Parts: sequence; C-alpha cells; structure tokens
Amino acid sequence: MSSPEPERSAKAASYLRIEGVGKRFAPGAAAAVDGVSLDIAAGEFFALLGPSGCGKTTLLRLLAGFETPDAGRILIDGVDMAGVPPYRRPVNMMFQSYALFPHMTAAENVGFGLRQDGLPKAEIAARVAAMLDLVKLGPLARRKPHQLSGGERQRVALARALAQEPKLVLLDEPLAALDRKLREETRFELVRIQQRVGVTFLMVTHDQEEAMSMASRIAVMSDGRIVQLGTPQQIYEEPASRFVADFIGAVNLFAGRVAGAAAGFLQVDSAEAGTTLVVEHAPLPAGSEVAIAVRPEKITLAPASTAPNRLVGRVRGAAYRGEASTYEVELAGGKLLRVTLPNTGRRTEGYATGQGVMLAFAPAAAVVLPP
Amino acid sequence: MSAALRRRAVLALPYAWLVLFFLVPFLISLKISVAESVIGIPPYSALIDTAGGSWGLDLSGESYRRLFTDDLYAVAYLNAIKFAAVSTVFCLLLGYPLAYGIVRAPRRFRSLLLLLVILPFWTSFLIRVYAWIGLLKENGLINNVLLTLGLIHQPLILLNNAFAVYVGIVYSYLPFMVLPLYAQLEKLDPALLEAAADLGCRPWRAFLRVTLPLSMPGIAAGALLVFIPAVGEFVIPSLLGGPDTLMIGKVLWDEFFANHDWPMASAVAVAMLVLLLLPMGLIRRLLQGETA
Amino acid sequence: MTHRLSPFLAVMMAVGYAFLYGPIASLVAYSFNASRLVTVWAGFSTHWYVELMHNEAIQHAALISLEIAVTAASGALLLGTMAGYALQRYRRFRGRALFGTLVTAPLVMPEVITGLSLLLLFVALEQAIGWPRGRGILTIAAAHITLGTAYVAVVVEARLAAFDRSLEEAALDLGARPFKVFLVITLPLIAPALAAGWLLAFTLSLDDLVIASFTSGPSSTTLPMVIFSSIRLGVSPQINALATLFLVTVAVLVTGAGRLMRTRDGGR
Repeated sequence: MSSPEPERSAKAASYLRIEGVGKRFAPGAAAAVDGVSLDIAAGEFFALLGPSGCGKTTLLRLLAGFETPDAGRILIDGVDMAGVPPYRRPVNMMFQSYALFPHMTAAENVGFGLRQDGLPKAEIAARVAAMLDLVKLGPLARRKPHQLSGGERQRVALARALAQEPKLVLLDEPLAALDRKLREETRFELVRIQQRVGVTFLMVTHDQEEAMSMASRIAVMSDGRIVQLGTPQQIYEEPASRFVADFIGAVNLFAGRVAGAAAGFLQVDSAEAGTTLVVEHAPLPAGSEVAIAVRPEKITLAPASTAPNRLVGRVRGAAYRGEASTYEVELAGGKLLRVTLPNTGRRTEGYATGQGVMLAFAPAAAVVLPP
Repeated sequence: MSAALRRRAVLALPYAWLVLFFLVPFLISLKISVAESVIGIPPYSALIDTAGGSWGLDLSGESYRRLFTDDLYAVAYLNAIKFAAVSTVFCLLLGYPLAYGIVRAPRRFRSLLLLLVILPFWTSFLIRVYAWIGLLKENGLINNVLLTLGLIHQPLILLNNAFAVYVGIVYSYLPFMVLPLYAQLEKLDPALLEAAADLGCRPWRAFLRVTLPLSMPGIAAGALLVFIPAVGEFVIPSLLGGPDTLMIGKVLWDEFFANHDWPMASAVAVAMLVLLLLPMGLIRRLLQGETA
Repeated sequence: MTHRLSPFLAVMMAVGYAFLYGPIASLVAYSFNASRLVTVWAGFSTHWYVELMHNEAIQHAALISLEIAVTAASGALLLGTMAGYALQRYRRFRGRALFGTLVTAPLVMPEVITGLSLLLLFVALEQAIGWPRGRGILTIAAAHITLGTAYVAVVVEARLAAFDRSLEEAALDLGARPFKVFLVITLPLIAPALAAGWLLAFTLSLDDLVIASFTSGPSSTTLPMVIFSSIRLGVSPQINALATLFLVTVAVLVTGAGRLMRTRDGGR
C-alpha cells in the first residue's frame, strides 16, 4: 500500500469497518446507500441481503473502489480506503456475471492478478494449479470461458478472486446464474472453501435462503439502509420490522391494539383475528397499535380446546410440497392465513379445500412488531 | 496522468479534428455563399471589406437570388428529392424481404447471407455503377438477351434516363437498407410470432400486426441512410442519367468544376444542407437508440 | 422457430441476390472477353489484364490511392477509436451533443457538400496561414481521415456498447492499472471492431471519387478519378479487368478475416 498513511483504527477486531457511508448517483436523486455503518470481523462469512435496488450492490462496489462514497469512511484492516483505487485495494471481487476474460484460458484468468503483482512465473504456475485444484478444475485449466459450463465458470471466477490471497473477498450474487440444483450444492462448497482458506467473505444476495444457509451474520438492507443486523436465526425469529419479517420467509400479520399486559404477556385485540391474542412480550401502553407476526410453520391445526390464540377458519387452498404442505386458511372475518404442516407420515391425510378447521399458535411463537 | 486529464486528452483530439475539418468548413461555405463570384484566385469576393481603412461587411445575396429565381435549381432540387425518395421506397421493398429472409434462414447460413449483402459494399462503388452501363446500354446485355429471346424487336432505351438512375441508386444503396433492418429484425423474439399464431393470428396478419410495427426503427434508420446521401448523389446521375435527370449534387459539381462559381456552389450546398438537417438529426437519434 | 422460408420470401431473396450479384458477374465475365465491344462475346482472353498491366496512368493512380488510403485509415483508426470511446464511456461532458453530431454527420453527409466545404477550408487556410501549400495527397488524406473517423467511431462505439464493463472492473480489482487494463483487456476484446473500422476507412478512401476530386491537386490523381474519366470516355474492358482484380482481392481478404475471426473467437 503506497498512497495514504496507514491509520490504525481503535478497534482491531473488525477487519472491515464501514462508517456512515453514503452514495447518491445524481444530485437530488434518492440515496443508493444511505449512512451505512458496519463492522465485519476477519474470517466471517457475512451476507448483505435485500431486494433488488436496495443498495447492496452499490455498497459492494464502494468497497471494491468502483464507486466513491459521498460520505463516510471505509477502513480495511485499519487503513482508510479513501482515494485508494481498485487496483491497490486488498480486496477481490467475484462478479455476478463472473467477468471472466473471454480471450484467456481458465488458468490465465486465475493467474491474472498474480501477474499484475509481478510474481515469478514458477510461483504463478504453482499458485494457479493450487487454486484450480481447490475448486476442482485442474483438468480444465486450458479451456476458455466459452468452453466451460456455468458451474465451471463460477468456480473459475471464485478461484480468480482467491488467487491473490486477499483478506476480503466480495461476492456479488455468486450463485444467481446457476440452476437450482447446482445452486444448492454450491452453497456448501462455498462455505467449505471459505473455511478452508480462512478468508473473510462478504456476499451480496437477494435470496434469503441463500443468505441464511451460508452466512454467519446477515445485514438486511432496504432503501440504502441496513434495517436489521444479526445471525440468520435472529433475523428469522426476531425480525425487527414488518419489512424484515415479510422479506425473510413467509409471515402472517395481524393488525391489532394493545388491550393489556400482565406477567410478560400482552393482550392484543385484533379485529382481523376476530379475538384477543396473547403474545409473549414486555409491557406496552394500552391502546398502542401493533402488528403480530406469526410464521406459517408455527401455527398448529386442530389444537387442544384449552390452547390460547384459537382461531376458526376454512381451508381455501392446499399445496403439497413434499416435506410439508402449505394451506391457505380464511378466517371468519375474511383474513387469509398461511399455515405450513410437516408431512410426518407417508400417508398423512391432508385437509381438503372447504373443510372447516381450528388453528392456534403459542404466545411465544409470535413476534410483536410496530404497525 | 490523472483520470480527468486522460479523459480530456482522449476527447480533445478527435473533437478538435472534427471541428476543424467538418464544422469549420461548413461555416466557411456559408460565408462564401454570400460572397460575390469574381474572376481571380480564389474566385470570390472578400467578405470583410477593409479597403479605405474602414471596415464594412460586404454581403451579397446574388447566389441565393439566382437559386430562387432560376428554374434550373428548383428542378434539380425537386428531382433530387424525388429520385432519392422513390429509390428509398424501392430499396425498402427489395431490402425488407431480404433482411427478413436472412433472419428466418437457418442459423448456419445467416452470417454468410448477411456477408453476401455487405460484400458489394466493399468493392468499388464506381465500378458497380459502371457495371450497369454494360447491362443497360442500347447494345448492352439486357437488350441483347431480350432481342435474342424475341421478346422485343427493337432495343429498349434503358440508359441515360430516370429508370437507369433509379436502378443505380437502389443497387448502390441497398446494403444500407438491409443492414439496419436485419439488426432490428434479429432482435425480434420469434416467440412473439408464435404467441400471435397461438392467439389465432394468421401468418400474414401476424407479420402486419407484430413484425412490421416492431421493425419500424430499422425501417426508419434504413430509409434515412439511403435517402440522405442519395439526395446529394453525383456519380449515378452523371454516369447513368440523362438530360432529364438533373440532380442537385450534379448541379453543385458543375457550378464548381465547370462554371468556377464558388459562391453559387456554396449556396447550393447550403440549400441542400437545410433540406437534410432534419433527417440527419433523426438519424443521430436512431443510431444512438441503437447503441444505448 | 421453423426454418422453412415461405415461397414468397425465397423468391424475393433470390431476386435480391441476383440483383446484387448479376452486374458484378457480368463485369467479371466480360473482363475475359476478347472483343473490345463489351456486348459481343468473342472468346476467352486475358488480353485486357495484360493491357491493364501496362497502363501506367492507372498504376500510378493506384499507388497514390493506396498511399492515401493507408494514411487515412490509420489516422481514422486513431481518432475514431478515441471518439467512439469518448462517446460510449464519457456519459456527460460539455458539448457532447455537438460532438455526437460531428461524429455521425459525415456518415450520411452528401459527398459533394463535404468535398466542397473541405476544399474551401483548405483554400482559406492557405490564404490565412500559408498551409497547406496547394492541394494534393495530404489534403485528400485529411479529408478521408475525417470521413473514416466517423465510421471507425460508430463501429467502436457499437462494440463498446456490447462490452461487459465488469471485465474491466475485474481487471482493476485484480490489480491492473487503468492503462494496463485498456491494453490487456479492452484492446484485445475490441480488436475485431478496430480491424473492421480500419478496413472500412481504407475501403472508403480507396473508393472515394467526389471528395478526392474536390480536394486533389494537379499531381494527385487518384484511382477513382482515373476510372471515372475513362468511363466517361466510354466503356473499356480494362475497367472490367480492374474490377475483377478488386473483387478477387476483397473476396480473399473477407474470407481470410472471417476465418481468422472464427478461429480466434471460437464458439462465441
């Protein structure tokens, strides 16, 4: 690193530190990235998750140095990246399109960065061979990108991003171009390689399943901001907002008003549910508007008559999905719920359309969200 | 070198060149078009009169007065528009099936068929026009064949008339029509036609209702690429045309080379440019849409 | 999509290609005709090729034309690549609209206008600063560079528009400096467009009669000017022979370029 003086940040534990970074593409336009702050530790597999246009890719490009932030600082290993061009950043990126150089073989692609570093030829050759072995592409080293399958290209791109032994690898939708089956296999492969190499991965994805199954921590982004940060379980089980609850998996939401609170429970009157719901939650002032969120798999059918939060409805539609079945249930007031039941037996009888059902959920299964 | 400086350098050189060798020349011809024709070198009067120590602007409308009063210019002007427009239509009628056929041809033949359309463009324009003289003249190939077959008893007059000029323009400019049409038609998703058929549309109607409207940008680009240069065509009317096919481009040439009337030639150029300004603006739009 | 052409389309295509190639075929056929009369077939002969070989006026003009064409194509390649790059990559700069117009206008501008105004420029320049001294190869080449720049710019711009920018970003990301990126990534990938642009500018220059007539001087008669005046004097089978040589050269070049492109680009 030649240009800026290394400036050690106080907190050495975080390898990548983003401080209040903002980016606006045109004056007056909405901010693509709006005051984002983030600390990522060395060796983490971190995911930026959000719908398209939420600013996650722009954030990635700011880190790589393809865009310049309007506000804030980016510190990598304690060094401020302001004014550091992409070719001097200790970061490598795996592009969504893979961006493999079409006029170079797989091996030449992987060795490109090493050649820029001016390493001796023998060392480059050895490192390229090791990288291609890591992604199990050794025999295809001399193929050009157009002679490789989609999955093979993806692995060349990964090997290329890892070849210079960067501390931080940015992955832009690394699995988006693969078909479903390959995508699921590759998830484990990516995690395995990340752990073996011991590098920090920062992945951008719009696929919540992908983020949850691969990342150790997730930041959910919306409109240029981080709306929630946490482990996959925290994000799924304790969503902080309706947006997060809705974006990550399916959710049933009941609008309601707090009627009372007692012993760690909250009573919520909900016209949509047609009853007063009981949920586990710290006290809130009576009369506050809230939304009660319940995941489809946390609703049970045919509950005991003593169970709380009992609702009456009618099955409107059923989808058999193999490991589980999803039902659409209409409550008396017209509210539609989604309920998922595991198919535990081979001959489990499902519910038929039109059938009247009772359903319920435990007070601890629900989350109270701002309206 | 900083990025901004590099950027400026990349831009400045071609910009300066085009301003000097394309924009400035037009301003000069605009200037000379209001000068007076004189005998001398160069054969036009100075625009700014510095004689006697006082500066005076010496504008002459003489060339433009002649342009508007002498029928020769009006006829040549209208002829040029007529020949260019009619030829454009024929180029379209011939070029559209060609472009459409290439798009529908089996993939492995497509680039060859396209290449065959472009290939004549890479050979000499002058020689291609010359080929038609051999075909069209009184004792040329076409007349000989027709006479031998007994279809006619006297040679047809095919050369040095409007027919020959049309043939020449259509022949020379056909590739300019086919290429943008092909580019446009190739982008068309074949599933659209299948969808139209699936919805009960017969092939011919599907062509009229789906393919044709969607190929309009290609048609427009092709038409302008043919029309604009054809208006100023000089070689074709002078080699294939006759007395009744006077076109404005040839008039400009003659004013300059035969009459040595530089101001008049400039005025003709300015008049032609005024006519073509709008289509030329359109073509820039279309070409930009193509690459954007 | 089914690959069966309708009979109508097939006939129209046959007519179209016959129209394009009929005249060219007749040119070639009559270049081997023993008779001076282009119309009567008097047996096979290479007489006109021999005569062409001894036509010093044509040979001299051809050399001049080649010299101009190589100069013009090379100049146009440099300026046109810069112009195309600027148009495609610099989204915002002052005078962009004017620049865009200046780049595309020469493509369609009637040659008589371009030729006349360039001549007037050269005359005015000579009066004002004494350069260029008279007109000749230099002025024709300058005029052809202007024309060729437009063609090269359009070809390069189109190629760059289809270019995946992330390739350049990937190279930067892997540690290549911007100029290196241009050399090892951008340039090799747009090379086919550059070759096509150069050839286009070369051909245009070699083919141009009108602009060259305006901007030439007494000692710089180009090949098209010689051909034009000889056609005006009457049909000459020597021109047929010349045309045939032209065609053969172009055909060889084009097939060669096609081969090269296919082996380089593989299945892309």
